[in-house]
Amino acid sequence: MKVSRETIVCLLIFLLLAMVPAIAALTDVPFYLDLARRMMILAIGALSLNLIMGYGGMISFGHAVFIGIGAYTVGICAEHEIVSGYIQWPLALIISAMFAVVFGAISLRTRGVYFIMITLALAQMMYFLGVSLDRYGGDDGLPLAEPSNFSGLIDLSEKTSLYYLVYGLLIFCLWISQRIVNSRFGMVVKGARSNEERMQAIGFPTFRYKLTAFVIAGAMAGLAGALLANHTDFVNPDMMHWTRSGDLIIMVLLGGMGSLSGPIVGALVFILLEEALSGITEYWQLIFGPFLILVVLFARGGLLGFLEKEQEINKFPERDNG
Amino acid sequence: MVESLLNIENLRKSFGGVLATDNLSLSVEPGKIHAVIGPNGAGKTTMISQVSGALRPDSGRISFNGEDITRSSPPNRSLRGIARTFQITSIFNEFTALENVALAAQAHDGHSFRFWQPAKKEARLTQPAKEALELVGLENRAQVLACNLSHGENRQLEIAMALVTQPKLLLLDEPMAGMGADESKKMVEILNGLKGEHTILLIEHDMDAVFALADQITVLVYGSAIASGLPEDIRLNPEVRAAYLGDEE
Repeated sequence: MKVSRETIVCLLIFLLLAMVPAIAALTDVPFYLDLARRMMILAIGALSLNLIMGYGGMISFGHAVFIGIGAYTVGICAEHEIVSGYIQWPLALIISAMFAVVFGAISLRTRGVYFIMITLALAQMMYFLGVSLDRYGGDDGLPLAEPSNFSGLIDLSEKTSLYYLVYGLLIFCLWISQRIVNSRFGMVVKGARSNEERMQAIGFPTFRYKLTAFVIAGAMAGLAGALLANHTDFVNPDMMHWTRSGDLIIMVLLGGMGSLSGPIVGALVFILLEEALSGITEYWQLIFGPFLILVVLFARGGLLGFLEKEQEINKFPERDNG
Repeated sequence: MVESLLNIENLRKSFGGVLATDNLSLSVEPGKIHAVIGPNGAGKTTMISQVSGALRPDSGRISFNGEDITRSSPPNRSLRGIARTFQITSIFNEFTALENVALAAQAHDGHSFRFWQPAKKEARLTQPAKEALELVGLENRAQVLACNLSHGENRQLEIAMALVTQPKLLLLDEPMAGMGADESKKMVEILNGLKGEHTILLIEHDMDAVFALADQITVLVYGSAIASGLPEDIRLNPEVRAAYLGDEE
């Protein structure tokens, strides 16, 4: 079997990530651990966005809202002294999935620009809801008194344990994505992106499949949110702000839309560049912006697509439908 | 009289002020190839779209197999056994020829809420897909991406995607459109091979093909049928010659 460059890149990244705790300990820079953990959490969020955006053509400009909902679920539970992770996390998944059902059912009736605008509007609505929630910190956010408690299984106040949990979950989400994308369900989602009218003509009621994909992506982002709350020990409305959704879109585009591990590469490059550039100047976006434009112009399949020129990653003209 | 498979009664559809389908009635008998001809803008594709469900008629009734389907959705009609091809090739460019056909087969193999097994490895889908590709002579192009197929091959692929669903009625919207003489000839052969086993409602501009294939011909002008009958009657019909066939001679 021919091993693709994507697989090699992916293996290298995971190998490197596995060594980060050791590197952080050896160099005595715990910040590396923090940085890599945040990167992996956002990679889970980007993976979930890629499911609908890359494979389903649904460009959601409000995907960070589900990260926020997941995070708030954990935060609000903790506030009410429900600290068991066995309750918090399933609840985070269920609640973000439920919001995804509602938001998807509304937004998927539209396409293209309208879909983008509606997802953006719904997410901003939740952002302002978060701001107005005085009981839960409002604008200032809500500190997490203690991390999710998985008694007997794992101690999340131990930051290296949290790191490896995130690491494992990222691999798990990648694996799940890989199964879904190639399954019958995945074929329907990809078909609907390619040519929805045709899908209907051959007998697929596409709406319910797109909605299901939207809900799966929402739940996966909710998981990222639960992780993020534990990572920062803090939740705030900012997690749901539309610029966060924009970051996720950039990660997906940067790594390679519609390639499985593209979003991981995208998240890695995004976080590293943000970190490196903001060390140089406060206006790091001034450098980051042109870089992004170059990638989008010259590597249509993102950085991974650039590596795999001869392979079949997204070299077809996009259809601009939602 | 034979029970007809498809029955269109008093169908009417207008776009703004233009009456694209004007009180059209038509019936297709099982096992027959029924061709609809007419000048450009006669409303042929509009008619097909109403039968396939992509367009809703303003009034009138469409029944299939004795059941009223005027209000059912396109996927529902597809599952009832109406398959259509498009005048402008409509396929999945990112998929291989085989995947295109396998996806059509999947649509008619129960629901697709199956998230785990790779669809490409399912013989339940690939086997019938391969057979359908063979039927249209594309078996050697199965692994080629649809966007890399020639125009003629794409038209054949469309037929295969329709056939794999084992439709009771095939709606073919100009299957020869844009084809060279050789490709057209091949398509006539393919369609001839389907004759008898499949019921076909065929729209086509290529008159040689129409007269070679059709059991029944309806002539459409400005959205209404000005004549309907056996090919030889249509050929001799003075009204038809004036409206349509005449300018070819």
